[in-house]
Amino acid sequence: MEYILIIISAVFVHNIVLSQFLGICPFLGVSKRISTAVGMTGAVTFVLVLATIVTYLIQKNILDPFNIGYLQTISFILVIASLVQLVEIILKKVSPSLYQALGVFLPLITTNCAILGVAILTIQKDFNLMESVVFAIANALGFGLALVLFAGLREHLELIEIPKGLKGTPIALIVAGILAMAFMGFSGLV
Amino acid sequence: MNQMNNFTKGFFKENPIFVLLLGMCPTLGVTSSAINGLGMGLATTFVLVMANIVVSMVKNIIPEKVRIPSFIVIIAAFVTVVELLMQAYLPALFKSLGLFIPLIVVNCIVLGRAEAFASKNDVLSSAVDGASMGLGFSLALTMLGTIREFLGSGMMFGIKIFPEDYGMLLFVLAPGAFIALGYLIALINRIRKV
Repeated sequence: MEYILIIISAVFVHNIVLSQFLGICPFLGVSKRISTAVGMTGAVTFVLVLATIVTYLIQKNILDPFNIGYLQTISFILVIASLVQLVEIILKKVSPSLYQALGVFLPLITTNCAILGVAILTIQKDFNLMESVVFAIANALGFGLALVLFAGLREHLELIEIPKGLKGTPIALIVAGILAMAFMGFSGLV
Repeated sequence: MNQMNNFTKGFFKENPIFVLLLGMCPTLGVTSSAINGLGMGLATTFVLVMANIVVSMVKNIIPEKVRIPSFIVIIAAFVTVVELLMQAYLPALFKSLGLFIPLIVVNCIVLGRAEAFASKNDVLSSAVDGASMGLGFSLALTMLGTIREFLGSGMMFGIKIFPEDYGMLLFVLAPGAFIALGYLIALINRIRKV
């Protein structure tokens, strides 16, 4: 039951993109086509879950026992950056087809604040390991849901005539605002 | 390069938010009030200036291949400094900015300037570039914060302008951030005539 609550809360009520404002850069950057949005979601899910597990273990086994919590930011970002590199190298060797699909998105992920954000949130919320994994997967799903919905909307936006000043990013932001408004309907669910 | 031009470019011509569209997460996340926007902007400015100075000092020592990770470590160190300083001296602001303080590390502006400018220019120009970009970022955040605070709760920097009951709560909440920024960028585009 607890896990279901975590999932509903992370996917709908506190959606990582539309209500927490994490991962806005890829949300605006790679949402022009549904297919790239799906690819990005795959890459983010993969790295997010791995990174959350690794940073959780580092926090509990290294930072907490030695009382060096102030090194959290610096150690987490290093771990995430090297993890992304590692994933890239392994994927290239083990599964070239998956690498083809996710490859271009991987370098972008290091500076995706959703990854570091979720890693830090997991620690702040004081989850245990299993809850952290569920939380990470749920957040990745929430990210994917928002991204794919938004990409679908943007594909339609291409065909509509809009005032010149609003073209491109401004209209995308306004549409994202309306999407966020729709997600506000879920508040109070959990 | 002319230092004056270098300094003024961040405010309008190459404003990181309105023109380059970098660093969107804190822009949307912390601008529910003008003070929060300004605080976040100045914290980022500090990191930008310091990281730019250090990167331009060590640019010849760092091997080409490991330059990105090295830049990230330099940036993360200064973010930790800001984090600890704010926690000690501005606990209220630290609390309201919350998660977005450690997330300065992954703000694309900081890494972007280190890579695009500081790693190619001398220390003084890099410091000026950092200050210019940082202040432009602060300006944008404060503007957005002021607009959202005014429309949402009828206040400006905490000073009451009109009764709160007439405010549109939406603008303080998440959707208002997207919509206000969208129209603000549209307005700037109109002025710049693109």
